[in-house]
Amino acid sequence: MTTVLAIENVDKFYGPVNHGVHAVKDLSMQIAKGEIVALLGSSGCGKTSTLRMVAGFEEVSRGTIAIAGKPAHMLPPVKRNVAMAFEGYSLYPPLTVRENIAFALKAARLPKATVDQKVAEIAKLLEIEDILERYPSSISGGQQQRASLGRALIRDANLHLLDEPMGQLEPQLRAVLRGRIKHFIKERGLTAILVTHDQTEANALADRIAVMEGGVLQQFDTPQKIKERPANLFTGTFVGEPPMNVFEAFVSGEADRIKLKLPDGLALDYEQGNFAQGVRDALLKRQRVVIGIRPYAVRRAKDGVPATVSANQWLGDQTHIAADFAGGSLVLVEHDRTRLERGETIGIRIDPQNLHVFDAGSGAAISHGPELA
Amino acid sequence: MEHTSVLERVLRGAALTLVVIFFMFPLFWIFLMSFQTNETILRIPPSLVFTPTLENYQALITGKLQTAAGSLDIAFMRNLWNSVFLSVTSVAVSLLLGVPAAYAFARHKFRGSEDIAFTLLSFRFAPPLLVLLPLTIYFQQLGLANTYFGLIWVYQLICLPLILWIVRGYFEDIPADIEYAYRIGGHSWFATFRKIALPLAGPGIAAAGLLAFIFAWNNFVFALVLASADKQPVTVGALAFVTASGIQYGQIAAAIVLSITPTLALALYAQRYLVEGLSLGAVKG
Repeated sequence: MTTVLAIENVDKFYGPVNHGVHAVKDLSMQIAKGEIVALLGSSGCGKTSTLRMVAGFEEVSRGTIAIAGKPAHMLPPVKRNVAMAFEGYSLYPPLTVRENIAFALKAARLPKATVDQKVAEIAKLLEIEDILERYPSSISGGQQQRASLGRALIRDANLHLLDEPMGQLEPQLRAVLRGRIKHFIKERGLTAILVTHDQTEANALADRIAVMEGGVLQQFDTPQKIKERPANLFTGTFVGEPPMNVFEAFVSGEADRIKLKLPDGLALDYEQGNFAQGVRDALLKRQRVVIGIRPYAVRRAKDGVPATVSANQWLGDQTHIAADFAGGSLVLVEHDRTRLERGETIGIRIDPQNLHVFDAGSGAAISHGPELA
Repeated sequence: MEHTSVLERVLRGAALTLVVIFFMFPLFWIFLMSFQTNETILRIPPSLVFTPTLENYQALITGKLQTAAGSLDIAFMRNLWNSVFLSVTSVAVSLLLGVPAAYAFARHKFRGSEDIAFTLLSFRFAPPLLVLLPLTIYFQQLGLANTYFGLIWVYQLICLPLILWIVRGYFEDIPADIEYAYRIGGHSWFATFRKIALPLAGPGIAAAGLLAFIFAWNNFVFALVLASADKQPVTVGALAFVTASGIQYGQIAAAIVLSITPTLALALYAQRYLVEGLSLGAVKG
């Protein structure tokens, strides 16, 4: 596998180096040819700064960026051979949508028939065939966004950068386009980086997701790994809908058991045999940990730890039950409609294989189920 | 707006007519005066009935002013040429310097950028007379007094801040992503400036240039102090009509008509750019 993009120890400061706002902190990542990578995070996490540094619109304060094996962080955007789709208004106003999309191809002096055929293909993909002759000022925000996406995808570049490319589309169209765009990118073997704050989009499109927060890369892994083996408490709670339930717990070992004592005098009691030796050692040498459990993994059991139902919502295809539990709140998801009244007491069972344990201080993952993180 | 009553429309029409008469009457009267002799202008009561004469214009164009005290040379055509030359060159220089500067201020935040921009604007805060005394002394020492070069330089005080600040706003209104898209599409920043930023801000630049031209044309005090007879623009040159044998109202009126004609023509021609400039926001959709 050839590496298309290599980011090495990159820092971004807005303002003077070391004194300005530290937007991206010591970021390193490698992206292979043909990969789709999503930069996922909330606003201000550094994902857009990262993308703009790759594109060449922002200076790299420290570190290096190499595109297709060549150092690129000192090159102007024109020399980097990357294509980019923009979130906002970025179409050239005096040109029609068709001319906008074909712009780069015309500059590359491709024959007219080829250009027309490529534009038609992209327009069909993005469902903008009927607005090709219109001007940007007369089409909606969502249509402008799709035209901008088309202008990027049609290009033959080393790297395609997509900055919130579907933020303004209606949910239905977004779902359809996600599939088509992924297919389009994969079919042509393009390499793409997608910036998004929508984890559904990241999960659906990306081969790997880079979760960012506070300018720091938290985890860079496949969607499945991120969900099953979050590297730290942030990733664990940020990715997943509804979010992971977290509680503080005190560890104590008795005979062949491991007890996780929760507030309000509750405790989770497990056989030591449920955990690998390394996990046992790691847990027992700590006093305080944070445990995490996905709402889908919480079970109800008559002999479970007691909790009081505070809300019960049927969402049409699943039930979200919120309960007061161990001095906090716990959400569990069930696939059937459940008759539970507010104030009713239920028993909670958390199976050891579904338990995520994090360090109380650093937030780094200690174990996922029976295995060490 | 479509459901206005007849009364409302009549009242609005009357109000508009009043405003137009109020502002246009002086111009109209001056236009009439320019075709009259001093005697008919000064008769009491004034009348709209007179025999039109072209001798005011004739005097201005030939440069020979016939007064009761004899013939007087006036340099009106020379003044008019000075006005055109000074204003056009000043605005051209200002555009050349101000538009790239405005782009830099709009697009790049560099150290002290706001301070520099504000300093340039502050040229317009100081009363011209305050600046003039030291300026006159410096200009005499530098040998710039009474030269076109010096005058154009001083006119930058009028034109440059105006163009810089107006055009900067227009550049800021262009979504930066349009330029980014063009740059990533394989073009240098200079090509982006020329092909994307300049055309999109075009109406704004035209509007700013026009305003700067009018301000430069109407300037009086800089030229009064720093220019002698052969470099004077019309605003200063008009003083020559206050002669020993009285004020030449007819010639003054003709001079005014001639001197507002270029700006008026320019304003009428550029009106559509001004309107376009104001509706630039439509780009944002």
